[in-house]
Amino acid sequence: MGFRYPKFPVLALFTALICLSLSSCGRNHAGKIILAGSTSVQPFAELWADAYTAKHPGVKITVQGGGSSSGIESALTGTSDIGTSSRELKPEEEFGAGEKVKLQKVPVAFDGIAVIVNVKSPLTNISKEQLRELFSGHTNRIDNRPLTVVTREEGSGTRTSFQESVMRLPDSKTTERISNSALVQDSNGAIREIVAEDPNAIGYISLGLVDKRVKTLSIDNIPPTVATVKNEKYKIVRRFLFVLKNRNNPLSEDFIKFCLSPEGQNLIAKKGLIKINDTQ
Amino acid sequence: MKRNVAGKVLLLIALSSIASLAAITFFIFKEGLPLIFKVGLVKFLTGREWSPSSGEFGILPMIFSSVWITLGALVIGVPTGISCAVFLAEIIGDKTRKILKPAIELLAGIPSVVYGFIGVVILVPFIRETFGGPGFSLLAGSIILGIMILPTIISISTDSLKAVPNSFREAAISMGATRWQTTIFVTLRAARTGILASVILGMGRAIGETMAVIMVAGNALNIPHSPLDPIRPLTSNIALEMGYATGDHQKALFATGIVLFVFIMILNVTATGVSRLGLKTESLSGGRVK
Repeated sequence: MGFRYPKFPVLALFTALICLSLSSCGRNHAGKIILAGSTSVQPFAELWADAYTAKHPGVKITVQGGGSSSGIESALTGTSDIGTSSRELKPEEEFGAGEKVKLQKVPVAFDGIAVIVNVKSPLTNISKEQLRELFSGHTNRIDNRPLTVVTREEGSGTRTSFQESVMRLPDSKTTERISNSALVQDSNGAIREIVAEDPNAIGYISLGLVDKRVKTLSIDNIPPTVATVKNEKYKIVRRFLFVLKNRNNPLSEDFIKFCLSPEGQNLIAKKGLIKINDTQ
Repeated sequence: MKRNVAGKVLLLIALSSIASLAAITFFIFKEGLPLIFKVGLVKFLTGREWSPSSGEFGILPMIFSSVWITLGALVIGVPTGISCAVFLAEIIGDKTRKILKPAIELLAGIPSVVYGFIGVVILVPFIRETFGGPGFSLLAGSIILGIMILPTIISISTDSLKAVPNSFREAAISMGATRWQTTIFVTLRAARTGILASVILGMGRAIGETMAVIMVAGNALNIPHSPLDPIRPLTSNIALEMGYATGDHQKALFATGIVLFVFIMILNVTATGVSRLGLKTESLSGGRVK
């Protein structure tokens, strides 16, 4: 647990030295980039990494999971060159506890969070309010059918984003808590698996990871699709971020440039994410 | 001279394993204790709300879950395990036992993730379709754990049944007891400390198991009210959230580890105590067993 991030300045220094020595090799397209963080971003970061290393064989890119929170921390401590996050940064994260630096954020994609049910479920639409009642545990049935609520674990970026956009009460600034009796799984895949198997299950996963074995629900009659996320009708949306301590590493910058290029953006659009320039 | 050197080397190796125990203990306590003090021990142990992002660290539901799932595993594993041990030690011959016992011990070699996977694919849907509810439940976890502790219970119980001197059985049978009566009233009683130790060791295994439990128990934060409720034991809580945990959240997981550590230490000390006590009473009561 503790070994995930270097706790000691010596270690951090060591990592930084390695990064420095690698980036100061002189040639632009050789070296190593480490990405770490959100498990939602991970599959797409791997896509980018594969495409980028195919073009620049001298570069080695490692993509690690671990979660948004640890991705942000790893960028701050220097364990990774680029941290990935599937949620917005908290103010205390952005400035880092006691650190003088401000973390740099680079939005790389939009992602809808889809509410999914079993293919056998008669449900096709749900209102945001029903969703909130269900996930806060005030009710466990809709149209008199019992439902099994499946959620992500505390700290997950997907959970944080879901909580922000669904559990927030309309008339106040507070958000309701996700019920303690909800099943908890620690990845998008595990939730998809349960929902695919259990006819009564309802959960939420990244829109990019929805497949044929589960059914997405429309929220207030708006289906989660690339089109509705683009025109901002579908509201449960979050940004995928790259987080960096500074923007001076030419190798990382070149990789980010690639991710934001039309080629890089098309790559993830094919997999169900929304290009970063498509909205706003 | 040579022997001296070898002895020293072995001593060093033995000490290094103790040193790693000490290091782990030190580290867990160092990371976890500050949070327990910050939250307050009583509040930490008896709080019902676990929500690290809003600063609430109560692990009571997880303590309940750990206790319930361990009891559940014992309810399933102990009768099965002891019956199996009686069968192996008292009923079948040496030849068959030499095949069956290693086969059962192989159960211990199956990785826990495989148990969990089988649970998810077979057991959970079965429970969901038969009893209703989500299927991910205390019951599913107990059954999987009950099977996982079988090798421990069977193996140690068989050995302690075999260690009961034959003269005990002969005496019972010569007094007119049937084989059944001999087994129940003489052999099992004489071997009871060994059997108890096996149960306690099985308990230690059950309370510490993580992977299989995460996969089948559902991980909800409730205090369970029925065997069909999903639960989250202490181990699952650590494994589930450590990837995302930073700051106080991470410390709280270490603190969860402290509680688990204390639980398991108590169990192990009890197991050792029981077997020591057993040796004493057995040597004293040699002739007193009825």
